[in-house]
Amino acid sequence: MTGATGVDVVGVGLHPFGRFDDRTATDMGVVAVRRALAEAGVGRGDFQAAFCATAYGGVASGHRVLGRLGLTCVPIVDVEAGCASGGAALGLAASAIRSGEVACALVFGVEKMPKGLIRSSFFEPWQEQAGFSAAPPYFALRAQRLLREAGLTEDDLARVVEKNRAHGVHNPDAMYRTAVTREQVLGSRLVCAPLRLWMLCSPNEGAAAVVLRRADTATAGIELLAASLRSHLPGSVLDESTPLAGIDDTGIVPPTTLAAADAYEAAGLGPDDLDVVECQDTDAARELLAWQELGLCAPGGQAAALASGAHALGGRLPVNPSGGLLSKGEPLGASGLGQVVELVHQLRGAAGPRQVQGTQVALAHTIGRGANASVTILRRR
Amino acid sequence: MARAIVEGLFVVDAEGVLTLLGGYSPSSGRHHFPRSEVCPYTGADDVVPVRLAGHGTLWAWTAVTARPAGYAGPVPYGFGVVELPEGLRVVGRITEADPERLSFGQRMVVVAEELPGEDGEQATVWAFAPSSEGGA
Repeated sequence: MTGATGVDVVGVGLHPFGRFDDRTATDMGVVAVRRALAEAGVGRGDFQAAFCATAYGGVASGHRVLGRLGLTCVPIVDVEAGCASGGAALGLAASAIRSGEVACALVFGVEKMPKGLIRSSFFEPWQEQAGFSAAPPYFALRAQRLLREAGLTEDDLARVVEKNRAHGVHNPDAMYRTAVTREQVLGSRLVCAPLRLWMLCSPNEGAAAVVLRRADTATAGIELLAASLRSHLPGSVLDESTPLAGIDDTGIVPPTTLAAADAYEAAGLGPDDLDVVECQDTDAARELLAWQELGLCAPGGQAAALASGAHALGGRLPVNPSGGLLSKGEPLGASGLGQVVELVHQLRGAAGPRQVQGTQVALAHTIGRGANASVTILRRR
Repeated sequence: MARAIVEGLFVVDAEGVLTLLGGYSPSSGRHHFPRSEVCPYTGADDVVPVRLAGHGTLWAWTAVTARPAGYAGPVPYGFGVVELPEGLRVVGRITEADPERLSFGQRMVVVAEELPGEDGEQATVWAFAPSSEGGA
């Protein structure tokens, strides 16, 4: 680093992702925060700012969690940036530390997604009435275009699910912990062609927490090298901003690539330096698109990467060793920080049977409503 | 004719022909939809109102098999993107709900479709129909 203040991740904590009828979002946040603070050896008076990522939590979600723990009085800011809420909160906390304003910050995410059909304030009532307001149809259109442009098939989509669900078997905090075959995926209910039920992640519940502190470069640790957030450039009709129209988007750089470019530059690293990646797999095609947007493969290189197993555990660059959102489910505010928790375990060599060997550099990616894309890069020191 | 589902995005004439209302920025050379205060692609504030073409080619499509929140219309229904001659890719309902019966680049026409609201009252929305059905 160039003399700038570094930021370390000194503690992480998770409440498992799933469905928990007996618990509120606050209950889950309390569990994750206590675990992260205990791991960091940080208590009341030891951190000077808190950021709480949530999309559906409502007013003062962060205060409700920290109020239960007697940890209020510091500034507490709720952060909403769709699926990228966790990455956005992490970036704000890292900036506060880099500026010298605070020495230690708590970042956590909580979510209890509504069951069944999710009603989002993102859409106008007329869009709901017209049938324009559900997410899977847009994912399906994007999947159809990707299959056509990258020379992929529905079988390739099923391969992504097969990979992530195989990883998820080894994650005790995941919602789905059974392996599935490609044939089973292709036999699951057709939701919106070409997407089938098991190719889509489940919105659910959970919490995650991360403690950041001014880096102590004299000791071993895990550095947060970058936490970048970008919104979209206008023009792409099928990006996560879900516009009513777009134009030929050849040359319009997608938000994930913008955020990745910022993060690679801040970290002084490139895609070839990565050892492990957690990326947004809202649906199977979304992961395949992320591979090319993050520079893990060339556009159209997905089929070869799938065939070689490059991004499976044991491959050249494992992607979503946690099982991804396809295994864990997606509690929006907690999902990005959940990726960071996974990657910290990976960098510590503490990921158990899903451990990626020799991990030094890790990348987390989320993209969602807004559009908002976040890219986080961590390195073991 | 039922009321428009939203004001300002389209007009329907006495014969029931629906026309999408867009904008054009001479300085950016680009059309956009819905019509906006400025060109959404460049920020130029020289937008002039235009009526968009009533036909285009099919660019992406699917069928929605589960009823989204707030939607009281038929299921399954077609949903997709049609590329208009102005270079715009517009999202809309597709009158064909069987994806197998559609193909990339096929000619589509803009039509008016009526949908029930949650209050039961009918409202008109734009949709795209294969041109053999639409009569263009």
